[in-house]
Parts: sequence; structure tokens; C-alpha cells
Amino acid sequence: MREKEMTTPEIHIDEARSAGVKPLLEIRDLAITFSTGSGEVQAVRNAHLTIMPGETVAIVGESGSGKSTTALAAIGLLPNNGRVSAGQILLDGEDIAHASEKRMIELRGNTIGMVPQDPMSNLNPVWKIGYQVKETLRANGLPSGPDDIANVLAQAGLPDAHRRAKQYPHEFSGGMRQRALIAIGLSCQPRLLIADEPTSALDVTVQRQILDHLDTMTTELGTAVLLITHDLGLAAERADKVVVMYRGQVVEAGPSLALLQNPQHPYTKRLVESAPSLASRRIQVAKEQGVEASDLLASAAEAAAADNVLQIQDLRKVYKLRQGFGKSSDFAAVDGVSFDVKRGTTTAIVGESGSGKSTVAKMVLQLETPTDGKILFDGVDTSLLKASELFKFRRRVQPIFQDPYGSLDPMYNIYRTIEEPLRVHKIGNAASREKKVRELLDKVALPQSAMQRFPNELSGGQRQRVAIARALALDPDVIICDEAVSALDVLVQAQVLNLLADLQANLGLTYLFITHDLAVVRQIADHVCVMEKGKLVETGSTDDVFESPQQEYTKALLNAIPGAKLMLPPEVA
Amino acid sequence: MTSNYTHFVAPVDETPLLATDTLKADQAPLSLWSDAWRKLRRRPLFILSALLILALTLVALFPGLFSSVAPNDGCELSNSEGGPAAGHPFGFTFQGCDIYSRVVHGTQASLSVGVLSVLCVLIVGVTIGAIAGYYGGWVDAVLARLGDIFFALPLILGALIITQLPAFRENKSVWTVVLVISMLAWPQMARITRGAVIEVRNADFVTAARSLGVSKFGALVRHVLPNALAPIIVLATLELGVFIVAEATLSFLGVGLPQSIMSWGNDIAGAQASIRTNPQIMLYPAAALSITVLSFIMLGDAVRDALDPKSRQR
Repeated sequence: MREKEMTTPEIHIDEARSAGVKPLLEIRDLAITFSTGSGEVQAVRNAHLTIMPGETVAIVGESGSGKSTTALAAIGLLPNNGRVSAGQILLDGEDIAHASEKRMIELRGNTIGMVPQDPMSNLNPVWKIGYQVKETLRANGLPSGPDDIANVLAQAGLPDAHRRAKQYPHEFSGGMRQRALIAIGLSCQPRLLIADEPTSALDVTVQRQILDHLDTMTTELGTAVLLITHDLGLAAERADKVVVMYRGQVVEAGPSLALLQNPQHPYTKRLVESAPSLASRRIQVAKEQGVEASDLLASAAEAAAADNVLQIQDLRKVYKLRQGFGKSSDFAAVDGVSFDVKRGTTTAIVGESGSGKSTVAKMVLQLETPTDGKILFDGVDTSLLKASELFKFRRRVQPIFQDPYGSLDPMYNIYRTIEEPLRVHKIGNAASREKKVRELLDKVALPQSAMQRFPNELSGGQRQRVAIARALALDPDVIICDEAVSALDVLVQAQVLNLLADLQANLGLTYLFITHDLAVVRQIADHVCVMEKGKLVETGSTDDVFESPQQEYTKALLNAIPGAKLMLPPEVA
Repeated sequence: MTSNYTHFVAPVDETPLLATDTLKADQAPLSLWSDAWRKLRRRPLFILSALLILALTLVALFPGLFSSVAPNDGCELSNSEGGPAAGHPFGFTFQGCDIYSRVVHGTQASLSVGVLSVLCVLIVGVTIGAIAGYYGGWVDAVLARLGDIFFALPLILGALIITQLPAFRENKSVWTVVLVISMLAWPQMARITRGAVIEVRNADFVTAARSLGVSKFGALVRHVLPNALAPIIVLATLELGVFIVAEATLSFLGVGLPQSIMSWGNDIAGAQASIRTNPQIMLYPAAALSITVLSFIMLGDAVRDALDPKSRQR
């Protein structure tokens, strides 16, 4: 381990404590039990955490670790089948773990505020934004005239607040909706704000704006924040203190930098090790694999010698947007994009939502027809393929989709799912197909007993591995990964990325990797194409683009990554 | 108590580290159907309705096992509107026939009209609805309007008119009733199918299948339809009850089954003359009809709850 600089934690809180300030929220030995069809399940055990006034504390953990449940208990919003079975939740010294619903309603809003996770579904689509703010103000007995509403929205950084208040949620972008939710959460100036993954649905640049703004507002108001996140970098950057939860227990807690730089509990160590960051390097499994692997190492000279399996030339896709009564306007989702993908390498297309990166993927997969331009696969223009040739093309180019919950047919068990491509392409007989499926499950490190399972029984990472196995069934040359790891927890994400790198080294696969996550790009890609509003703004080798970005947009993207500036130990990443 | 800046580390043995993302292998595999079956098995509503339907099916297939008296045998006018007697537990009709025997033998016609109509409606409605929903565009526009035309006709009113056509009036049988009912009832099935198909057709797994090389129609048959089946099955069980009532109504109005075929509708029609003096003549076929319809509707309800995707785990 390299010698690391340990930042001395700021000490104003300790001073405050010695000056006699009591903790705002203190959770002691909390246990939460859910009664389900199969008996009692303990979701949280022995959880404890302390939040001082004005402090930001982050709970970090994978899905199912109990982090959201703990926060929901603090605001008294556990689902009906859940209850606090032991321990205390002290708010200003008052135990609210079993407080009456009436008391909780008093507390919610003006003492404890909440910013929920998903800005798309947490605003009521039939009410104007202004009305939804008004509702909160009125419920807490605050003045709720049009000016007060506009004021609240303006404070959350929504320009032109009077007009915005009269709009409906669907007229807002994701970032604006999240601002509106923050406005609602902070409208009654609570002393504690619970922010449950407030930005995980947003682009990095928007995420940065929102978090910066949240910081400013809470500092001004002196609000303490309980931040729930799965993103270690974000926790380290934004919180004074980090609490790590694993399987319903707090496994480690401490000042954020010290904890992340010097993790003690094996789980935290594992978490820190697999967190992708800009400081991480390309996963290089190929090193020990000898000659065949040498051209996978992304060294520029060798890559240039490799041939181009995909050539994209001046690709354009124009959608007609309907504007009532026969009028329509053109919208170029992809505008003049050209790049090459070299055999056996990984090319990543990066961009924010709406940049057209997924449309490129769909056109390469022949699921959308380009308006203009060419896609050459092995030197052959794919737009000229006949139906039978297209069928063969499908065999060589396979997709892996973003949503592991949606990309597997829920009616098919795992065996049928992986076998389907073989059956469709009439490869082998039943016995040989079963053998192949078993091999594929081995390759993606799933037990063969998983064959009889159905997708709803598998976790997100397992489903994604099944999707990879299905994509590999036809021994393709190219795999298009459309946000293939963005829905996964950090550890599982690292596992899947390692699997993809292993498979590339062993099978010589070419990946076209579509993602919004630059840290992932750093780990998996040899070449990067940065897209903005349908146009390609920067291309180059991963090292070049990350170390000396040429375009403002690329720089902004890189800077917006949470924790980018924090030095996580590079050798463990 | 944790002080604010103490670096707390939980003892490792309290939460031992598991391998990342382990597969839970201790349960039996759960498909949509086995999951639904597991839920159904525990519902008294389902058990009761399933047992009733099983019993009704037995009666319909083998009426001779349940009644030693053939329905129109030994009708004696001296027994007209007589009360229960030995061997004739429900009493006698106006014509002096055994009510119990008529009710038992009427099961077959009612059930077969219900089952056959549902089958026809399923074939026509699901095909049209699936094609309309899946392909969209002008195909959808044409098929949806066609459905709307039939949808606008009330079932009974439409049936009254159609059965007046000479071709139907002269060949009254179970099949004409089935034909009339399915002709007027398929649009509802088509609508439900269309909605379910539209919901599924843009799912990622359909795109995935298409990019594997599955043809467009193949994806409809293999992936879209199986995933759209749940609401279709629920509607089918509910409609079965509705169709049995429709047959009884048509027979009551004299345009359904011919007098020669034993059916509850005909019996109810025949009993209306003596409803004030001898209500039991109407009571028994009406009760049989109600129990049958009720059990199919209860079954539909139970199946709907069991197939509700929201109650599926994860």
C-alpha cells in the first residue's frame, strides 16, 4: 500500500459537542422487522447513527442493505408490514420510534423533510407544481400565497418561478423535477432533510448542479442532511460522516475521508476496492494470456494494426416530431457520427441522456434504420443486407440491454432463455444445446442449477449474467452493451465488468459499450467517443481523453463525477 | 454510544461476508404459473368454485349418473305442478315432468354453450386483438373500428335481431347460439388482448428476441402473447358465466335453444306461467343457473388475484 495522505477531519462538530450541542437525530440499536408471507424478516439490526445539527451524514450500501428502511423509520413511513421491533430513534432527545401518527405528522415537513428517489414518479402528474408546493406549505401552517410558492421554487434554483409554478410535472425535465422536489422538501425549513438517492436518476452534470445547490441551501438554513446513496464517491464528497450498511447492519461508520481511505471492515474494503473511479485503470486480465492477448492491451500501435470490425460513417437519424395538424418538425437524434471499432477492443460511447448514444446502438443492431450514412460490418454495408443475410448478421452482433429486469422474458426459465438463440438459428440438437447452455452458465459463473430458475428469482446482477450468456450463445464477434451495468450495485457492477473483460480476453470479443458513467468507461474501454446532442464531440483513446480532454463538454462531464477529485487509492480500484 | 468521529467498525463475525451476489438455491423454481397455483391453492374461494365447476362438469358429461329418470319420460299430466314425491325430490313441472331430472339434463346445454362460446371468442378476439395491438398503424385502425361497430351492439338486442334471420331461425341448435354470442362478444376480448399486447410489445425482452434473429411474428407468438395471457384468461373465466346467462336469456325469450334441447333457460321460460302458484318450478333451474355463473365468476376473481403481476415477488 502506498503512503497516503490522511486528511485531518474538520473539527467544528467536536467543538460544537464540547460546547454542549446535543445530537439532532440519534438512532440507537434500531431493529426493523417485516412480516411477510414466509414469516418475520429482520431488515435492520443493531443500527446506530448520530446526526449533529447542520451535519451531512451519508448511509452507503447495496440494494437490500437496509439503508432506505432505516431512513424511512426515522420519518415514520415504514410500509404497513414493517415495524420497529427494538431500539430507539431519538429526535432532539424524544423517542419517535413508536410515536403516534399524529405526532409524526406534526414532525414531517417542518422538522424532518424528505427528498424522494425518483423525480419521475414522485410528483403527482395531475396537479401543477405550484399546487404541490402550496399543499406542503398549507399542511405546515405556513403562508401559501403565489409569492411564497414562487419564493420556495426560486430558492431551489428554478428560474422564472412564477411561471414554473403554473406548469405541470410533465413539462419539467428530470433535473427540474428534482429541484421542485427539493423545493418541496425544504419549503418548511426542516432541521433534518432525508435525501434518498436524490440524484441517481439524473445525468452527472445535472447531479452536480443539484447537489451543489442542495449544499448551499442546507448550509444557509443550517439543515442537517441524511443522504442515502450507493455511490461511495458521492458520499465521500458530500458528507461529513459515512455509515456503511451491509445486510441490515451498520458495519462501519466514521468520518468520510478517513473511512474511505482506510476501510477496516472487510465489506467496506471490498466496496472501496470495486468502486469505479477515474483513478482506476483498464481491467487487464489479458496480461497473463500470452500472445493472443497482446493486442487487447489497448496499446495504440497494436490496436491500429487490428482491422476494423465496425465502421460507422456519417450516421444520421432524423425523427419527425408531430406538432398537431399535419405539421411536423425534424429532430436529428444522431447527426453525422463517424467512428471505427477495432476488432477485439472496447469502444465506449459516452453522453448524457438524449445525446443519441442509444440510437446509435439501435442502428448498429439493425433495430432502427439510419436516415443517412453507412454502417459497415466487416466491410459490408449493413443497409444492403437481404433478409437471410440479416439473419446471419444477427448471429454475429449481439446486444446486452440496460434493464436486467426487463430484458429477460419472465415466462421463460433460464435454460429456455439461453437456448432460444440456438433454437432460432437451428444450431445442434436438444442434447448439444443443453451442453452448450451448461458451458455458457459456467462461463458467466452461474451454477448449472440455475437452469430451472425463472428471472424473477434472480438478482439484477444474475439476470445480467444470464443476458450475457444468451448474447454469447451464438459465438458473436461484436457485443453491444447498452448501459449494461448502470442498473447494478457497485460490487455486482465490478463483478460483471470483470466478467466482460475476462470474456473479451478469452474469446476475442469486440464491445461497443454505451454508457453515461465515465468511471466505468475508464475500467473497460480502449477508445472513447463522447456524444453531445446527437453529435460526436470528441474521440480518442481512453487514456488521452481522460488525461487531457480537449472539449469543454468532456471536461464538464469528467469534473461532474462525484468524488473525482478525492484520491481513492488507485491500486485497489 | 458512538461518538461522532470515532471510527466504528462492527465485529466481523456479526455479519460475515458472503460471496457477492449468491444465488438462492434452496427453493423450488417458480414460474408465473406455479406461483399462481401456489397462491390459488390456499384460497377458499378458489377451492369452492373449482369443486363446484368440477361437479357441474361431471353432471354435464354424465347426466345419467345423477338422475335415473330420463327428463321427458313418464311425464304425466296428473302430476302437473305436483310437489316433491318419492324419487322426484324437486317436484313436477306444469307438464308433469320431473324437475330434478330436467335440471340435471339441462346442465349440458348451458355448459356447452358457455365453453364453446368462450373458445370461439378466444380464437377470434385474441387473434384480432393481438394483430391489431402488435402491428399497430392502419391494421390497428381498421381492426379497432371493426370491433367498435360490434361493440356498439348490445349483446341481447343484437342476438334478438340476428336470430330472426331465416338461416338462424330454422336451424336453432347449440351451435347457432354459440355463433350468435361469439359474433357479438369478441370485441371485448379483442380490446383486452390489444391493450395487454401493446403493454408488452415494447418490452426489452421482445427487442432482445428480435435482435437474436426471431422474426416479428415469432416474437409475437413466443414472447408477447404468453406475457399478455393473464388478463385474457381472467376475462375468459368471467365471460363464461356471462355467456351461460346470455343463453338462458335467449332461450327464455324463445330465440335461443329449441324446445327439444333441455336447458335451464327454456325451463325458466316454461315456468313463468305458474310463478305465483308454484314458484319451485322456476326456483330450481334458476338456482342451478345462479350457482354455475357464480362459481365461474368466483373462479375468475381468484385467478385474477393470483395472476396479478403486482403481487409477484421482486
